[in-house]
Amino acid sequence: MGKEVLVVDKLNMHYETLDGPVAAVKDVSFVLNEGESFGLVGESGCGKTSVAMSLLQLQADNAKISSGSIKLEGKELVGMTENELRTVRWDGISIVFQGAMNAWNPVAKIGEQIREAIREHRPDNTKQENTQKIEELFNIVGLDNSIMDRYPHELSGGMKQRAIIALALSCDPKVVIADEPTTALDVVIQDQILKELKKVQNLLGLSLIYISHDIAVIAEMTDNMAVMYAGSVVEMGPTANIFNKPKHAYTRLLLESTPSVVGKRKKLRSLDGEPPSLINENKGCSFSPRCPEPSKECKNQELDMKLVEISKGHWADLCCVSCG
Amino acid sequence: MKKNVIEVKNLEKYYEISRGLFSRDKGVVKAVDDISFEIPQGESLGLVGQSGCGKTTTARSLCLLDPKTNGDVKFLNPESQELESIDDLDDDELKKFRRNIQMIFQDPYESLNPRWTIKDIILEPLNIHNIGNLSEREEAVKEILTTVGLTPPENYMPRYPHELSGGQRQRVSIARTLIMKPKFVVCDEPTSMLDVSIRISIMDLMLNLAKDLDISYLYITHDLAVARYMCNRIAVMFNGKIVEIAETEELLKNPVHPYTKRLISSIPVPDPKYKRTEYELNFNELDEIISNNPDKTMVDIGGEHFIATHDVKDILY
Repeated sequence: MGKEVLVVDKLNMHYETLDGPVAAVKDVSFVLNEGESFGLVGESGCGKTSVAMSLLQLQADNAKISSGSIKLEGKELVGMTENELRTVRWDGISIVFQGAMNAWNPVAKIGEQIREAIREHRPDNTKQENTQKIEELFNIVGLDNSIMDRYPHELSGGMKQRAIIALALSCDPKVVIADEPTTALDVVIQDQILKELKKVQNLLGLSLIYISHDIAVIAEMTDNMAVMYAGSVVEMGPTANIFNKPKHAYTRLLLESTPSVVGKRKKLRSLDGEPPSLINENKGCSFSPRCPEPSKECKNQELDMKLVEISKGHWADLCCVSCG
Repeated sequence: MKKNVIEVKNLEKYYEISRGLFSRDKGVVKAVDDISFEIPQGESLGLVGQSGCGKTTTARSLCLLDPKTNGDVKFLNPESQELESIDDLDDDELKKFRRNIQMIFQDPYESLNPRWTIKDIILEPLNIHNIGNLSEREEAVKEILTTVGLTPPENYMPRYPHELSGGQRQRVSIARTLIMKPKFVVCDEPTSMLDVSIRISIMDLMLNLAKDLDISYLYITHDLAVARYMCNRIAVMFNGKIVEIAETEELLKNPVHPYTKRLISSIPVPDPKYKRTEYELNFNELDEIISNNPDKTMVDIGGEHFIATHDVKDILY
């Protein structure tokens, strides 16, 4: 087991809106170890990307981190000034955004855009050193060196996404966040990008936070995972354990609603209803209105929600633990 | 023996392109190149392939949204129970005929008019085809909204698309499609824009409707796992051509074409214990089939499992 790189403790983040605060991240805690890959899974609007943005503090202007701490190698990130944060972003934590098409500047060459990022963080490097670095990165992600002189519109979706990964690696970050890096791509390209990410991670010993709504991708990519629902983590633990013995009703439904090409063709279960509005303070289990078999306490919202350790490293929400 | 609801023979759709100085270099893009398939009544065919392989172009040609370049498309006429070629129909007959073929589009955020209420959206096909009087039309809208699970219908009819969630909007798209009581529906990735949790309920709704109303689907998707859940048979498309077509489980268990094998091996499996094996392109099996059947374009290797015999070595790598 490697040492702890990123420790997130009881992070709370909300968006200030005209209708009141929207609690997008509620008491999220997790630990990322060196060389580990950690998955965040859940439906749209459950707060996956809000967590990622809070880690980099790239949230929208109306977002406020109300409490909690984010420690990168012991250094506290919450409360840092903008200038201090600039040194952390990309150097410490970098991100592969969703939708590679929109992440590039259309009027600058790919190489120039990567060089810009390196120049900002390594001002003493010569141009040659930077070019060498980019060549190295392109080699890792499987791109030809000539791509450096191309504009984004000349590349296919898969190539753009590879180049984005190269950009994310350009300042040797300790942690890379991959926010749905393959959702806009088709299956064959997705497969190549996933393999590339895995290879890069092993090669450089990176810690990876992988965000996706696709449970199949999470199963293949991650060592540990957390399932999010309505802004909170409802279950967390080693990926194999969670797939083997899902405890929370939401995790179970998520697993049973994913079709597969291997194994028996089985009836899938659907998840009816809508996720709750995050504007109102929900007491008790936020999933109970959609839960297929809620217990009595759960239904009456009597339980104070917290994560309970059910086996080593495997945590689940109190309500489903008491349901059995 | 069930009748076929659609028979497609040698369908081709070419786009002309021109480039160079004064557009002197003319060329064609063969978006759909000589494909043939048929779908029996009440069954569904999945059309699977990578982006840009011609899936959507095929769908649009079948729905008469884009004129085809060549080939013959025959639909079952529900009145006479005979297969009729669409080339033989005049404009009036064609309009009448179009009721039987409907399409569900990929993106429910873009395929519904934002300035129309749900009632207007679903009424439109009835108005165009002049079916029933006003109160009958309204009744039909209420009924179809109940069928697709938007109940009570009175709550939804005066609303606008932006007031609905993605899943509800896709239900409206399905309602608009079904109000014409079609026998054949083309679905162009109807669940790819939806969230995981809603996806299954839409897929189940479509499966139940197919059973109850005897509808056949041509289901387009790039996800084989979804196609497996929805379809009786699957056709794999690559570069404008169908390369393999077989019964769903047969195709997944015994894929023959190298492209199908690659496609299957690239689907992630929701099980951390399962280790996918990387498929390395291997043309031996295909070569053998080609050399044994020198003059066929599609070879049946048993059990209606067809393999295309055109040369793909230059384009598949």
